[in-house]
Amino acid sequence: MFQTVGKPVPRKEGRQKVTGESKYVDDISFPGMLHGVTVRSPLPRGRIRNIEFAGDLPWHEFTIVTAQDIPGENYVALIVDDQPYLAAEFVNHAEEPVLLLAHPDKYLVEKARCAVHLDIEPLPPIFTIEASLAKEQIVWGTDNVLKTFTVEKGAVDDVWADAAHIVEGEYRTGAQEQLYIEPNGIIAIANPEEGITIWGSMQCPYYIHKALLKPFQLPPEKIRVIQMETGGAFGGKEEYPSILAGHAALLAWKSGKPVKMIYDRAEDMAATTKRHPSRTRIRAAVSPEGKLLGLDIEFVIDGGAYATLSSVVLSRGTIHAAGPYNCPNVRIRSKAVATNAPPHGAFRGFGAPQSIFALERHMNKVARVLGIAPEEFRRRNFLHTGETTATGQTIREAIDLEALLDRALELSDYHAKTKAFAKENERSRVKKGIGFSSFMHGAGFTGSGERYLESIAGVEATADGRARILVSSTEIGQGTNTILAQIAAETLGIDYDCVDLAQPDTSEVPNSGPTVASRTCMVVGKLVESAAIGLKQTLVNAGLLEENNFAEACARYIAEFGPLKSFRQYQAPPGIFWDDETYRGDAYGAFAWAVYVAEVSVDTLTYEIKVNDFVALQEIGRVIHPVLAAGQIEGGVAQGIGYAVFENVVWKDGRMANSQMTNYIMPTSVDVPDIRVYFAENPYAYGPLGAKGIGELPMDGPAPAVLNAIENAIGVAVNEIPLMPEMLMEDLRVEAAVG
Amino acid sequence: MGKVRIDFRVNGSAHSVDSYPMARLLDVLRGQIGLTGTKEGCGEGECGACSVLLNGELVNSCLVPVLQVAGCEILTVEGLAENGRLHPLQQAFAETGGAQCGICTPGMILAARQLLDRFPHPTDQQIRIGLAGNLCRCTGYQKIFDAVRRAATIGSG
Repeated sequence: MFQTVGKPVPRKEGRQKVTGESKYVDDISFPGMLHGVTVRSPLPRGRIRNIEFAGDLPWHEFTIVTAQDIPGENYVALIVDDQPYLAAEFVNHAEEPVLLLAHPDKYLVEKARCAVHLDIEPLPPIFTIEASLAKEQIVWGTDNVLKTFTVEKGAVDDVWADAAHIVEGEYRTGAQEQLYIEPNGIIAIANPEEGITIWGSMQCPYYIHKALLKPFQLPPEKIRVIQMETGGAFGGKEEYPSILAGHAALLAWKSGKPVKMIYDRAEDMAATTKRHPSRTRIRAAVSPEGKLLGLDIEFVIDGGAYATLSSVVLSRGTIHAAGPYNCPNVRIRSKAVATNAPPHGAFRGFGAPQSIFALERHMNKVARVLGIAPEEFRRRNFLHTGETTATGQTIREAIDLEALLDRALELSDYHAKTKAFAKENERSRVKKGIGFSSFMHGAGFTGSGERYLESIAGVEATADGRARILVSSTEIGQGTNTILAQIAAETLGIDYDCVDLAQPDTSEVPNSGPTVASRTCMVVGKLVESAAIGLKQTLVNAGLLEENNFAEACARYIAEFGPLKSFRQYQAPPGIFWDDETYRGDAYGAFAWAVYVAEVSVDTLTYEIKVNDFVALQEIGRVIHPVLAAGQIEGGVAQGIGYAVFENVVWKDGRMANSQMTNYIMPTSVDVPDIRVYFAENPYAYGPLGAKGIGELPMDGPAPAVLNAIENAIGVAVNEIPLMPEMLMEDLRVEAAVG
Repeated sequence: MGKVRIDFRVNGSAHSVDSYPMARLLDVLRGQIGLTGTKEGCGEGECGACSVLLNGELVNSCLVPVLQVAGCEILTVEGLAENGRLHPLQQAFAETGGAQCGICTPGMILAARQLLDRFPHPTDQQIRIGLAGNLCRCTGYQKIFDAVRRAATIGSG
């Protein structure tokens, strides 16, 4: 029924990627270009007393930029304008940028960076959620609180007296580094006459565009941002490139020369954003029949030193905290608090992996207290069509979570393995276990977010019958180019090979919104579909389009009327309402639904944890491209396994102590299991050709599934990730000591 | 120490570069010879994005001083396709979804090339071990395994 959609067409930029022809930012240079570096605070909090340029270096050859050199306002425009481009007097986190240097010799500029001595009077820092909540020091605003939300459904205070069981638990998750293999990098050309042009590795060209307006006091048309091929992002190139672009532009502005800034791995890991650490406390009331009566959830995330995106990360984490369950009484109180860590930021899942980890561990705990199987407890509480989520959103799509669960358990041979492992484990040093998680992920911006964004996408046709998609949505590996081209080709009824994409360049493409929040396929894809329909309609109205004459119709239209372009702006699907004040209503246009099953083995002598098998079953609406979709799931699952048992950010005095790939360990090809991906297709009425979002979903489920499997293997409940072997050893010792 | 002249071959062509002897092969390839297909991911030999074949052996070019390659034959990703025809591995990576963001891809393909040189029909375990020095953050490796299996089939077909 479809010509292109659902088919594994070749990735648009695939050939360039496998031949090495693709140009990433570090692959281009300009005549006379300087190399820029950042001098950062070694201390987590303090007052800058003096800056000394030491060493035997030709300092007059260097372009040196401090906060005083910023022509306009010194903040990075995002949600709250609290983060300076360069610290002027106070530093609030280690690695905070204080000074910039540029020089034609990239080795000499590195030497110079080490020769700048910052004399900083230390102030007492705080590093933990507890210290921040206790206001041991006030490091942000009047109370360290970056944002709070309360979600209320029913009357949760009334459920405790009559509950058959009340089960409480506390869960923690650590920071996680995005670890895209291409570090952050930007090239800038900037001067007052021509304005600023930025080339770089990024997710959101228009975020950078907006962020440069105030510091340089330029009109929008004098700022141009161009995305180069981008070597992975995962949220790590959502907001951070706005800072780096500002820095490169400041050096270029002052020197009058092009400036390239490429972070090395250690700087990228230590200084740029990571996933927010979290603490979740859950209190659940359950009826004698095993039905959830009430959930009281307190969700806190560590935002680091500045507000950045913490409020929206908190929002998504809050909304996902009660999961895909039908619970009549829910209260979720959430807080993002400030510490003196480098600001935490966007990372695939955006708060949801944290709160879902807590809930899916807690669901297993409640089941254990009740003495029923974890799958049976889920079954008794799953959401159904017509029931409401924690925010009061009525599920209108036809969903069948019981069927999803049953199929996932069958595909993973869950029941047979549960039995077999219990028996084998009695005699084995290596204990095996199997566990699962059931969850959902909302696609697109939360609440009214998409209405505020007012994204625009366009499709242009050429006289030779080719279509060109005009969006600022970026290809960052996930397949934007390919799926948008498929959607346009399908809608226009032309060959996939006849569709091109404009390079994301703010001087050429409209603002289709940021490439985040699993919104590119569902939201931007829908705009591309609508724009393509509009383009066809224009040809029909001109009396030119008949069957199979698209190229001829385009040629005739352009000859007669001029350029043929069609643009569409976002409009919310009908019946979607959200109240920002009460935090109630339709949080997302649509959710993807999933059940993931992990099989693990735990060596009780070495404490080594291995994930041996993984089944990922999800319903994401229509699958636009089966290979790319499976690739998204597999990559997300690998990151989720890393989050659970590999990736440990070691903090020392507010700095990342293991900012190297040598000692921050992500899964390799020998660490990942076979990841078996399955889709249940249920086309979504308001998605392009039925598609929903997919990108973040696979990050949510693996960590709780793996920890549930570990509990199944060793009978010990661990409620904190990452779970490293040495931590497991400690947990098992404690368990043995207390019996 | 000043610059010295070093002669070696890259992708079948002779090159003579004036370079500091301890300059990284990675920088010489990218900066002096202009072959930017070889990528830098970590600069410490962990990620494998800068992998090239040095006399047929897989090396991290960020850890190789250019002095060491005098008289050697280097193969980079640019040397795989012949007359615009993709190497079976390049074709397989493009078809199976083995390349997502593409930054690890040149190094990964060279690691796969060396793997297939050693084991033309590798087992799954040989594939996993053979690629363990090359990190990929996008794919979860599954489609890369598919690509290597497919290339092994094409290569022998």
